[in-house]
Formats: sequence, structure tokens, C-alpha cells
Amino acid sequence: MLDIILAGVGGQGILSIAYVLDYAALSAGLHFKQAEVHGMAQRGGAVQSHVRLAPGQIWSDLIPAGQVGLVLAVEPLEALRYAHELSPEGWVVSSTAPFVNISSYPDLSGVIGQIAALPRQVMVDAASLAQLAGNKRAENMVMLGAAAFLYPFPPEAALAHIEALFQAKGEKVVALNQRAFGLGQGASSIYREAVEAGLSAEQAIALCAHLHPGEVEPGAAARWAGAMLADPSMPWPTERVPATLAAAP
Amino acid sequence: MKPLILLGDEAVAQAAIDAGIAGAFAYPGTPSTEIFEYVERHKPSDRSIFTQWSSNEKVAYETALGMSYAGKRAIVSMKHVGLNVAMDAFMNSAITGVNGGMVLIVADDPGMHSSQNEQDSRFLADFARIPCLEPSTQQEAYDMTRAGLALSEQVGLPVMVRIVTRLAHSRAAVVPGPRLEQSERPLPTDKQRYTLLPSNARRHWSQLLGRWEQVERGLWAVEGNALALRGEPLGVIATGIAFNYLMENLGDAPEASTLKISCWPPPMDLVRQLFDHCEEILVLEDGYPLLEGGLKGLLNSAPRPVHGRLDGALPRTGELDPAKVRAALGLPARPAAIPAPLPLAGRPPALCPGCPHIDSYNVLNEVMAEAGGGRVLSDIGCYTLGALAPFEAIDTCVDMGASIGMALGASKAGVSPAVAVIGDSTFAHSGLTGLLDAIRAEAAITVVLLDNAIVAMTGQQDTALAGERLIATLTGLGVGPEHIRVVKPLRSRHEENLAIFREELAYQGVSVIIPSRPCIQIRN
Ligand SMILES: Cc1ncc(C[n+]2csc(CCOP(=O)(O)OP(=O)(O)O)c2C)c(N)n1
Ligand code: SF4
Repeated sequence: MLDIILAGVGGQGILSIAYVLDYAALSAGLHFKQAEVHGMAQRGGAVQSHVRLAPGQIWSDLIPAGQVGLVLAVEPLEALRYAHELSPEGWVVSSTAPFVNISSYPDLSGVIGQIAALPRQVMVDAASLAQLAGNKRAENMVMLGAAAFLYPFPPEAALAHIEALFQAKGEKVVALNQRAFGLGQGASSIYREAVEAGLSAEQAIALCAHLHPGEVEPGAAARWAGAMLADPSMPWPTERVPATLAAAP
Repeated sequence: MKPLILLGDEAVAQAAIDAGIAGAFAYPGTPSTEIFEYVERHKPSDRSIFTQWSSNEKVAYETALGMSYAGKRAIVSMKHVGLNVAMDAFMNSAITGVNGGMVLIVADDPGMHSSQNEQDSRFLADFARIPCLEPSTQQEAYDMTRAGLALSEQVGLPVMVRIVTRLAHSRAAVVPGPRLEQSERPLPTDKQRYTLLPSNARRHWSQLLGRWEQVERGLWAVEGNALALRGEPLGVIATGIAFNYLMENLGDAPEASTLKISCWPPPMDLVRQLFDHCEEILVLEDGYPLLEGGLKGLLNSAPRPVHGRLDGALPRTGELDPAKVRAALGLPARPAAIPAPLPLAGRPPALCPGCPHIDSYNVLNEVMAEAGGGRVLSDIGCYTLGALAPFEAIDTCVDMGASIGMALGASKAGVSPAVAVIGDSTFAHSGLTGLLDAIRAEAAITVVLLDNAIVAMTGQQDTALAGERLIATLTGLGVGPEHIRVVKPLRSRHEENLAIFREELAYQGVSVIIPSRPCIQIRN
């Protein structure tokens, strides 16, 4: 069972994430319910969607407060908006790329710090990873990939429905979005491994910016983390290097 | 059949298609809009289903009634406040009755996610004597819409299906049933039946009341009500979607008796059994406390204590959710990762960057400041966001079309300038008649008629009146052609537009300024 709040700003593609989750769940034989927001809030306001996945019957379309297993946010301030609904074991998987359309947008490092203070989190820079995949608009698919380690179905099920979602726009668009999903998965595993190895959230974000999440070998991020902790003044590679053991210090 | 993934709205629409409707009618309004949109997009090519956005809900209702009169099945859908507009037709259709099956789907908005109020349409069903079904799941939305069309023919009345935002806009897998032929019933030959002269109406009204028990029996035969008697002294009645919030918590109160109610009037034999079995009753309704108030009675004379919104067991306003129901059941809140919402900057909706309304408000604000008084009576649409910072350009927003009537009234009370702001769709919906009155009253008002060529607020539907036809209509209504001023709302035309607004605000008669530029979200 997984209860997910998808969070973002109107126009960021939350409903495309929901589409993939819904169909992947159905094809995996799971039950699901998914409540979304239409109407006025879609004009650049905060939007969210509740997605519930379970092996058996689901009653409420809304997730009970305190039972959210995952806040999946395409925008960091929006990740915080639902933090109080998380269960004590819940994860926040958030982009670090802000969407600034309000004058009162807070200091970004403070926002990142508040996310880092939550019990279990993953932060990836969806904007730069989407760019790396080939289109800034694929931020939503990067985030879909970043949380894939929590889904009760294999990533292949998600990839198949990303294909279904973008089919009409042609093969290239499908490939780009699948690539974005993969980069999100890779960056997420780098982040988690780095934090596990003792890096702070901010250090793990910095490490992610220097490794290429397209090729991730288990243990590589931990090696980088070890090196960073041993020598905080260690110079960073100037370009992204593969997150492989061979390329690790 | 293979399950389909459908919104509650879409489940209703799919059911109507499968039950053989010949037409679907609606005026857009969140959260009901997707019902019509789905029928329009998914109507099978091998049958004829007429679909058209109506100019307003009253016309939509009457069109469906006409199709039903002609012997075919039809649906009409609207948001809750839309039923206020269709109310006259709705009330009287209970007295005429129907021929082909007719279902009205009303989407209520408890919590006012995108509405001016949270009125509960079950009251109106009760008021009109029209049976009402209230599904709790997407599958029930499908099944009850089908059942509603059949029931409508069986009892000869329109049937209301009431849904709420959280069902309308939530997706789940729905298993559709077999597709029925489009039925055809002969045209009515009894002219008295549909002609509500007082002599006929009196007869029909008492006949309706006389056969009401039979209508109720038909309604209660629709699957959806369920009584489960268990050990505890507490009995919980949950209507519609509130049942889901109850079941979400029942694991922690497994001995409470439950009664699921999916219709209005409620199945009173089941209610009585619950009262006989339990010592205390809790009523959960995602709406106003209609059932709760009825059970309590004006003299608070229920045979058992009844709890709910009226005695504070649940909040008096707003939509229900699992946590509120949990508290009403006396269960402790589930522990969360952090105890309370973080204090964060809000992110309210706003006009899109590049929206034509922005340029119109920039001009209007400047001329109103120059005028140093007066009021801007506004209306409902994207431009209502002009109430928020940075514009704070409007003083009122009440109901569709209110801007013009209110400007007329305010001007006769001495407000000057009295400016109405209204969109093209809202003008076609309910603005025309107000303008006609303003012209007859020779009122000193300026109507800023924002023509963005679309119904934008609800997601870009066709508008009934825009461009050249709009201007021809204004002339036809009697607005002086020299006081119909079409302007292009653009930053670069700001000075030019200021001059035009100044002139027309100074004019002591009815003038209409039409800022005309398409909404930037129009899809190609
Ligand atoms: C009686 C009623 N029906 C429907 C609605 C939902 N609704 C709100 S604004 C609107 C249309 C707005 O269109 P328009 O006036 O052209 O303004 P725009 O949004 O395009 O700027 C609708 C359908 C409502 N609030 N009340
Ligand atoms: S949807 Fe169109 S009318 Fe509405 S705010 Fe955006 S640009 Fe303006």
C-alpha cells in the first residue's frame, strides 16, 4: 500500500505523473484512487493530487492525514505544504528547482533546509536533469523516476505508460521522457546512497550535480561521499562524471 | 468488460452514453464540466447523440426536457449554483413529469474549492419532489446514472444524481455495463400533461404527492443503501461519499453499526432499524445537515441522541474528510511526521502572464483612481482574480450576470462612475437582460465587456457570443453605436485605451467598452 500526495504548481504536469501511476497500478493488478484539482487553482496556484495504491479495496479518495507515505513534489516550497500529512515513516521526494511566481517566495536554502529536516527525504534538481534529458518540460518525469524506488510495481510498468502517455507526440518525445525518468531514478539513488554514507542533504545535492545519473553503479556515490568527508576541500570535477566505481575516487 | 480509468464525472458520462441517451446538455462549471466534455469526445460514431454547450443552465435543462418530452433519453449537467439558474424549469418539470428518461447531474462543491457557496442540492431535490441518487464511488456514479435513467422512465419524473467535488474529480477503475439501444418512446398525446395552466398544475401536483410512496419505492430499489448492525451502542449513518470516510476509519471502531444511504428521500425502514438497534446516532453528510436536521426534528424529538454537524460533532461548514470523521467517531488522530502545517507563503491562483484581462485592469484602475470614487461591480470568470493583489480592481462578485444589474441599481443610488465588468460568456449567460433594463432606465453605467473569445475560467469551452455577433447583439439591444467601443487590451495601447475609458466613464448613459483579445491559453 502506498499513499502519495503529488505536489506542484498549476501547469507543472502533476496530472501526467498521476496518469502514469494510475495506469501502471491498474496493469499491476492493484487498486487505486486518484483525486485531483481542476478549476481555478490551476491558474498558477498550488495544486496537488492524492494517489492511493493498494492490493485491496480503497475507500476514501482523500488520504487520511498522517497516512501519506510519499510527498512527491515537482517544486520544493510545494513539498513543504503537505509535510504535516506525512506518516512518521513517510518520504518526501522533491525537486530543488523553485518555481517563483509569488513575490513572497522564501529563501531557497531555507526551504531546502526545512525539507532536509524531515525524517526521510530525497532531493534532486529536476530542472537540470530535465535539461540533461533534452527538455526542461520533463521535470515531472524526472520526479516520477526519483520516487520509483517506492512504487509497488516495477519501473518497467511506469516506463510502459510513459510511452502510452506520449505516444501521440512521436518516438523522440517518448524517448526523452523515458530518459528523464531514468535520470530521476539515478539521481535519487545517488542522493540516498550519499546520505546513507553520512553526507548532509546539502552535500548530497552538491554531489548529485557532479555525477551523471545516467550511469549509476551501486557503491560509487558512497565512495564519493567517503572522499568528500575525508577531504572537504576536495576539488569537484568540472563536468558530470559517470557514477561508476571506475570513475569514483 | 475491461475496466476503464474514469473521473467520477466521466463515469457519469460513460453511463449516459451506454444507457442510450440521444443528447447531453450543460453549461460549464467546476466541478461538473468534464461530464459534458466526455460525452462530446466519446460519443460513438454509430449513433446520433446531440451535444451542445448551452448558453446557461436553464436553457440546458429545458433542452434536455424537450428531448425527453420527444421520447428520448437525455442528461443535463451543471454545478450546484447552476441549478439556481435552472430552478424554474427544474421545479416545474416535477409537475409535468418526463417521457424519455431524464437525469440531471448536479456537482456540489462542499468546501467551496471553486464556488461562491457550498449549497447542498439535495434540498432542491426535496423541495421539487424529484428523487435524488447520491453515489459514493466512481463505479456507483456509473451504475446510478444508468439506474437513474431507467428510474426516470419508470416513475415519469426527472431524477437528480448528486455528486461532490471529490468524486467528480477523482479517478478510479470502473467496469462498464453493456451498451443499450437508444430507446424511443412515442410523443405524448395528452396536451394537459405538459401544459401547466393552474387547473392542470393543481391536478398534477396532487397526483405527484399521491403517488410519492410509489416513487420512493422505486428509488429505494436502486442498489446502494446498506445496513450493517453490529455490537456497539453507536450507529453511524453516512450519505454519499461520506460513507468512504467512515469505512476508512471503521477498522478502529469495528463494532459500530453502519447505514450507507445513497438517495434522497432516505430509506426510512432502514433508518428505523438502526434507531431500534442503537443507543446513539452519528450522521455524516458531505453537505448541509439535511438528514441530521430531519431526524432531530424541530422539537429535537428524535428517539435517540443524534450527533453531527448541528451539535458540533462535525464542523458546521466545509467538506468532510477522513480525519474529521475520525474525530467524530471519538478516535484519536493518527500521528503524523510533524504535528501541524508549516507556516508557508501561500500560492494563490493568478491571471496568466500575458492575459488580456491584465491590460484591461491596468487601464481601469488608472481611470477609476482619476475619477476618485465610484465602484466596479464585477462578475464571475478569470477576471474575478482581479480582486486579488496586485490589481484589487473590483468591488463585488456575486453570481453570473450580477455585475450589470448591480451597476444599474448602484448608479440609481448615486454611485458614479458605476462600472460593470463581465466576460463574454457570462454576458451571454445572464448579462443580456440586465443590459436591456439599464438601457430602458437610461442609466449612467459603463459595461466593460471582456471578450477573450472563450469560456476561460472553466478550461476553454466555446462561448456563445463573441466578436462581431456580440457587437451586433449590443446594437440590437439598443446600446448607442457611438458608445460601443472596441479596444485592444495591450500594454502598447495603454494610453489610447485610457482616453477611451475616460470618455465612456464620463458619458451619462449606457456605454459598453469591449476589450477584445483572445485568451492566451486557447488550444489550437
Ligand atoms: C451559475 C453558474 N454557472 C457556472 C459557473 C461557473 N463559471 C464561473 S465563471 C464561468 C465562465 C466565465 O467565462 P467568461 O465570462 O467568458 O470569462 P473568462 O473566464 O473567459 O474570463 C463559469 C462557467 C458559475 N460560477 N455559476
Ligand atoms: S486562462 Fe485565459 S483568460 Fe484566464 S487568466 Fe489565463 S489568459 Fe487570462
